Amino acid sequence: MSKRRSKETTVENAECISQVQKILRERFCHHYPSGKLFGIEYQSRHLLELLKRTIIHGESNSALLIGPRGSGKTVLLNHALNELRGMKQVRGNLLEVHLNGLLQTNDKVALKEITRQLQLENVVGDKVFGSFAENLAFLLEALKKGDRTSSCPVLFVLDEFDLFVHHKNQTLLYNLFDVSQSAQTPVTVIGLTCRHDTLELLEKRVKSRFSHRQIYLMNSFDFKQYIHLSEDKTVQDVLQDLFHYTKDLRLLQLLLMFAVSNVTVRHPLVTASDIQEASKQYRMDSKANIVHGLSVLEICLIIAMKHLNEVYEGEPFNFQMVYNEFQKFIQRKAHCMYNFEKPVVMKAFEHLIQLELVKPIERPSVRAQKEYLLMKLLLNSNQIMDALQLYPNCPTDVKQWAESSLSWL
Amino acid sequence: MPNLEHPAYPAATLLQLESLVPCRESQVSMLLSIFGERQQFSFPSIFIYGHTSSGKTYVMKTLLNTLKLPHVFVNCVEYFTSRLLLEEILMQLQSCSETQQTSHVPCDNFSDFVRLFKQAVASRELQDQTVYIVLDRAEQLREMEANILPAFLRLQELTDRNVTVILLTEIVWELFRPITGCFEPLTLYFPDYSIAHLQKILSQNHPPEYSADFYAAYINILLGVFYMVCRDLKELQHLAVLNFSKYCEPVVRGEANERDTHKLWKNIEPHLKKAMQTVYLREISSSQWERLQHDNGEPGQLKGISAHTHVELPYYSKFLLIAAYLASYNPARTDKRFFLKHHGKIRKTNSMKKHEKTSSHLIGPKPFPLDRLLAILYSIVDNRVAPTANIFSQITSLVTLQLLSMVGHNDQLDGPRYKCTVSLDFIRAVAR
Repeated sequence: MSKRRSKETTVENAECISQVQKILRERFCHHYPSGKLFGIEYQSRHLLELLKRTIIHGESNSALLIGPRGSGKTVLLNHALNELRGMKQVRGNLLEVHLNGLLQTNDKVALKEITRQLQLENVVGDKVFGSFAENLAFLLEALKKGDRTSSCPVLFVLDEFDLFVHHKNQTLLYNLFDVSQSAQTPVTVIGLTCRHDTLELLEKRVKSRFSHRQIYLMNSFDFKQYIHLSEDKTVQDVLQDLFHYTKDLRLLQLLLMFAVSNVTVRHPLVTASDIQEASKQYRMDSKANIVHGLSVLEICLIIAMKHLNEVYEGEPFNFQMVYNEFQKFIQRKAHCMYNFEKPVVMKAFEHLIQLELVKPIERPSVRAQKEYLLMKLLLNSNQIMDALQLYPNCPTDVKQWAESSLSWL
Repeated sequence: MPNLEHPAYPAATLLQLESLVPCRESQVSMLLSIFGERQQFSFPSIFIYGHTSSGKTYVMKTLLNTLKLPHVFVNCVEYFTSRLLLEEILMQLQSCSETQQTSHVPCDNFSDFVRLFKQAVASRELQDQTVYIVLDRAEQLREMEANILPAFLRLQELTDRNVTVILLTEIVWELFRPITGCFEPLTLYFPDYSIAHLQKILSQNHPPEYSADFYAAYINILLGVFYMVCRDLKELQHLAVLNFSKYCEPVVRGEANERDTHKLWKNIEPHLKKAMQTVYLREISSSQWERLQHDNGEPGQLKGISAHTHVELPYYSKFLLIAAYLASYNPARTDKRFFLKHHGKIRKTNSMKKHEKTSSHLIGPKPFPLDRLLAILYSIVDNRVAPTANIFSQITSLVTLQLLSMVGHNDQLDGPRYKCTVSLDFIRAVAR
């Protein structure tokens, strides 16, 4: 991939760069089917075989594609479908229904969507259905009318399969699997999921109708296969870091996207420093960033909470305790701080709650006094110390106070 | 030397954009490079976080408006259910695609939304450019149905159109991620303004009758007082506007000229410190504060909101409240010692002392039964109190006034437990 990029970008031409950006952006962002599959050839063959059997021989099947997020489930499926569409005997002989668990959140919506995608609306439109069950019965009737040899096969793709499991009684899944088990219209159900325990979530009757065919997509490649694009040492280091963090290819795409978007006419080649810059971008600790922007008073409160956590071993605390701790600090040392009034400190504390660095243990009710609500700190002490190192113009005594908790008691 | 450059947009527009967003050049240039050209695909979802008033909304709005990119801008607090949110997005899409009248589109779930969205984007203007959907205050999305946030994050894939969803929020991405995971957005951080940035931005539009240096010196003093406590640009701007007339006063009266920085500082500093205790906490409203300055009154002579908490209570209610406070903040084992005349020998054990120390005012009020309240009431009131219906109705009316609160609503009549929810200052005022 990178070889081609470097070849093209050597031509210093704005038009050319625009084209390169367009192609690469499409590839990185839009998950454009790029024609090459990486590390999943075996699974691809398996899936293709399965789909072919449905279409050509009229076999009903069901399968589950399981793999972590970003492991190429959708890419694999699209690849297989593309290949199928290219075949002569398939063309015009396959109906596809794509459902997504995020969109079709209940069976009623899903049913409507199936009707729409099968273009049965005009058929359904004339009839008045009283209930969901009748509508489903009609659709199934339309499916049942055919038999194995004559009727057009239907392919159901259920993206985010684990969300369909939470539908009431799993009616949709039951009916789909039931059709695929009995000798009616050839139906293939492909589920895509990232949960490995999806089968345990199925009801017993649904599970028994599912042919336990599972295709696993693990990111089963090692670092040598992962890089294969650069001999540069710095780039390799960055990639090694990324690889230790995750084998997910989407993060690699994100990194490359960052690097590519910096390519301009003046700067036509992707350099190692671009990649480094991009990796810095995704490795930022977000909470440290937030702590960096707090005021000195808020930092003091966080340190007080840290001390409370250390002394009382993670017991929840309330505002009064934090204020007490802060007062102790002010009275004993703190030459640079003047004494803030309690409401001012309270306002700072509420800002911390608003940023969700501190979280109430129970929902605050109207009746309870806000000083005595029990809270929990969502930062650990290492994060606080690291953030304090980077904090601009931190008063020295605050820093000293942060380091020594016990000597103040 | 302009900092922003991009082949797709004219240099003049970029220059104008740069002047509109001070101290945010690197963020804007990064956003520009990510957005790319109009017809190019951009990242499916961008997550932008940063502090309160670090210019997230402002930068995004000015960027999209100056470059005239087709966009939809929705505040999730305003449209707080998924239905309202989706319908609003569709409405705004209609209006940015054509100048015809917009009509209300009913849409109650995401499945319909995707279908209608495809229809709306199919118009000629929107077909081959990136459409931006900006969701401000995106932390509200977590309160909606579980599928809304993940679906927005992969809207580009679901609709198969060139669309980018931008989420603006104060809260970090780690607290957004659903349990089963989702499409990871590109996270960008808008860093906080440093003190120099704040100074630059605040002294940008100075009042025309005074010089820029004069105003900059004022801002410097203001930041000197408030920077420790507050880094919120909006709050500082508000305070700067409110207190400026006081700062100019010596100059207007002729006691000092514009160069007497020290004199001016001496004049304004106590005033600003007073402002922190009053206006900053909204004890005194800003209009009151302005009127006070105008009449040359002493700041702080007005009673703030919290000073008005004193409530006129009937005689027995006062005693009831005091008794409740005593019951809430004292352990039951010391009752005998404090309230009985002839208590037994006082045994000072170590454990007792330690226990009392922690339980005082730190942990908060403890619940107590009604019997204990009445017993304390009888002992602190000198004359005889008859347990009439009035006394009991006063207890419940204290509960409705939220001075007491009932704990564990298990039984109304049989042995209810109460908690005292007023502060020490309030009780002191009542006891006096």
